[in-house]
Amino acid sequence: MEITDKKVSLAKMPDGHEGAGFFATKLDDAVGLARKNSIWPLPFATSCCGIEFMATMGAHYDLARYGSERLSFSPRQADLLMVMGTISKKMAPIVRQVYEQMAEPKWVLSMGACASSGGIFDTYSVLQGIDRIIPVDVYIPGCPPRPEQVIDGVLKIHELVQNESSRRRYSEDYKSLMESYGFESGK
Amino acid sequence: MENELNKKVLEELIKVFSDDIKSAEESYGMLSVTVSKNKIYAIIKFLKENSETNFNFLTDLTGIHLPENKEDLGVIYHLHNFYKNHRIRLKVFFSTKDSYVDSIVDLYSGANWMERETFDFFGIHFKGHPNLTRILNMEDMLIHPLRKEFPLEDQSRKDKNDAMFGR
Amino acid sequence: MSQLEKNNTDIIIPSQEKEYSILNLGPTHPATHGIFQNILKMDGEIIMDAQPTIGYIHRAFEKLAERRPYNQITPITDRLNYCSSPINNVGWHLTVEKLIDAQIPKRVEYMRVILMELSRIADHIVCDAVIGVDTGALTGFVYLFQQREHIYEIFEEMCGARLTTNIGRIGGFEREWSNKVWEKIEKFVNNFPKALEEFENLLVRNRIFMDRTINCGPISAERALNYGFTGPNLRAAGVDYDVRVMTPYSSYQDFEFTIPVGTQGDTYDRFMVRLEEMKQSISIIKQAIQKMPSDGGFHADVPDFYLPPKEEVYNNMEALIYHFKIVMGESTIPKGEVYNCVEGANGELGYYLVSDGGRTPYRLHFRRPCFIFYQAYPEMIKGGLLSDAILTMSSMNVIAGELDA
Repeated sequence: MEITDKKVSLAKMPDGHEGAGFFATKLDDAVGLARKNSIWPLPFATSCCGIEFMATMGAHYDLARYGSERLSFSPRQADLLMVMGTISKKMAPIVRQVYEQMAEPKWVLSMGACASSGGIFDTYSVLQGIDRIIPVDVYIPGCPPRPEQVIDGVLKIHELVQNESSRRRYSEDYKSLMESYGFESGK
Repeated sequence: MENELNKKVLEELIKVFSDDIKSAEESYGMLSVTVSKNKIYAIIKFLKENSETNFNFLTDLTGIHLPENKEDLGVIYHLHNFYKNHRIRLKVFFSTKDSYVDSIVDLYSGANWMERETFDFFGIHFKGHPNLTRILNMEDMLIHPLRKEFPLEDQSRKDKNDAMFGR
Repeated sequence: MSQLEKNNTDIIIPSQEKEYSILNLGPTHPATHGIFQNILKMDGEIIMDAQPTIGYIHRAFEKLAERRPYNQITPITDRLNYCSSPINNVGWHLTVEKLIDAQIPKRVEYMRVILMELSRIADHIVCDAVIGVDTGALTGFVYLFQQREHIYEIFEEMCGARLTTNIGRIGGFEREWSNKVWEKIEKFVNNFPKALEEFENLLVRNRIFMDRTINCGPISAERALNYGFTGPNLRAAGVDYDVRVMTPYSSYQDFEFTIPVGTQGDTYDRFMVRLEEMKQSISIIKQAIQKMPSDGGFHADVPDFYLPPKEEVYNNMEALIYHFKIVMGESTIPKGEVYNCVEGANGELGYYLVSDGGRTPYRLHFRRPCFIFYQAYPEMIKGGLLSDAILTMSSMNVIAGELDA
């Protein structure tokens, strides 16, 4: 087998000052780089979008390449809540409870039309979008979205994670966001 | 062949329950018999245990709401005879003021959840059911959603403009 | 003297009564594939009783169908058993065609058979791979899901979508299958048996897998019939009931295939029945390709529901009126009621349609096999261990969309 002369691609270095044996950069940049490449998702799969997620985790459209190798089903150990599929009003308190149990910093990805806005199910029993109960960071449209779209959504989350300031979770904006959803803000 | 079997089953039914059979027709090959509500348990038991009819499988149990009729609620049973590959549909109709029907859970265990679903959607009570509670909707829901007077959409939502969607 | 020293040869029996613990196998659980809840009463590891709660994904399909015209209901049927959407779609089209008494050409029927068997394979892949995952064998999952990607590619060539296909129209298909579709089907049919054999070598005679799954969640044939089981779960219990053979639809009577039947109705039997059915499906597809008639087109002549070709719409008044009526959803169906069933991947999927002559159904009820056989779950896991309960649930192939509808 021929080994081609391909350069190995590493993660992009953040801005900083380099010297002999040291590299000085902002803490936020370094933390952001580390965090974004190891997001542990919590797949909250309820319906058809869950099967497309299983296909995204499969060998063909491997999501594990982007650092999401370990799916955490326990909210305490997860970073990203991926809500995939229709959320009915019966299920809504459970989504909220799972979101509350997650530790900061946490992000929410709403995959599919049903989770984003209720989708084609404009009925009495379906919650018309999970952003009525929890704050959402990225919405992925589609019914169900193709695996490429899911990867695109996860990469947008990576962008958000990389560029987030480490004081964001303690800022007034964030606290008022949490209060608008009815979550008691922490200290 | 279907017609022969249909005729035979109807004859057997008329022999035993002649007063309770209100109407019978054959729609798209399937015999469809409307019977009176009080004898539905006895009729289904007869159809199950009689060796001529031998309907050993309950395919489906569902409800229907016909607000224009006087007897506006109905329960529809589909039975299947595996030995002769014969299907039959039984219907009972009654009004909302008297929406109590005998449960057939002890004849077919599969009727358990099907009756709960019919209760959830239409408000039809099944006498003798071990646990008649809502199954698909939330327990504290007050209305029976599949009745025609209730709307499909959640009326309290503000983000969807009904005028744009022709509702 | 302590109690121990007094009767040192006797076992000390505690004086209190046995206490059972309650475990909530909650709606969100990694191993329950879908959202349904079970509250288990346990004596240590052994399950004494179970109380299932469903309805966490109730989307009111039946009420939604009363609002939509007949050809707009196909996307709803997609989302019933979403692992094998084409079967649901074709079943719905067959129901409407029965009510309007349409004559479908043989070629369309054979194409539908190929489509349904491909989606049956896709569904059984999910179930068997997930049984492997629940016993800890993750490799089989990765191998088989690659084959599922090939099936998705075929669906994409046919209709544009991978999972919720909305394929076909009342009367046939929306477009002729291109040469690429036929090539891909041939390639799949030639390569899949080898991939399936690799999967088989991992699990079928694997001592660990057999020890885990034999005698796990058994059900007898009489109890299964009483509960209303159909499909692979019933066939694993020993009853050879298959809708494709009992009431053949869409020319299934022209094909020769065997129905695999188990003996005990336990998890191993369900796994093996599905494995064999995949092989039978490949054989049916091969026969269909071989016997495919060359003429007949790709749709029946149903002007009320099937869009006329664009050249006619621009030149012919009648075609224009039909086009308008179909797109606005104003086509009506004569008054009547019908019950039609197809062999879904989980069993007898039935559609009970009552029409009052209008443009939307008056009442549409789906006879969903998952809903009916999940009732037997508490009985099947009583007396077993918790890990067996998880395995039983995944081997029954309970799809949440079909459970709650």
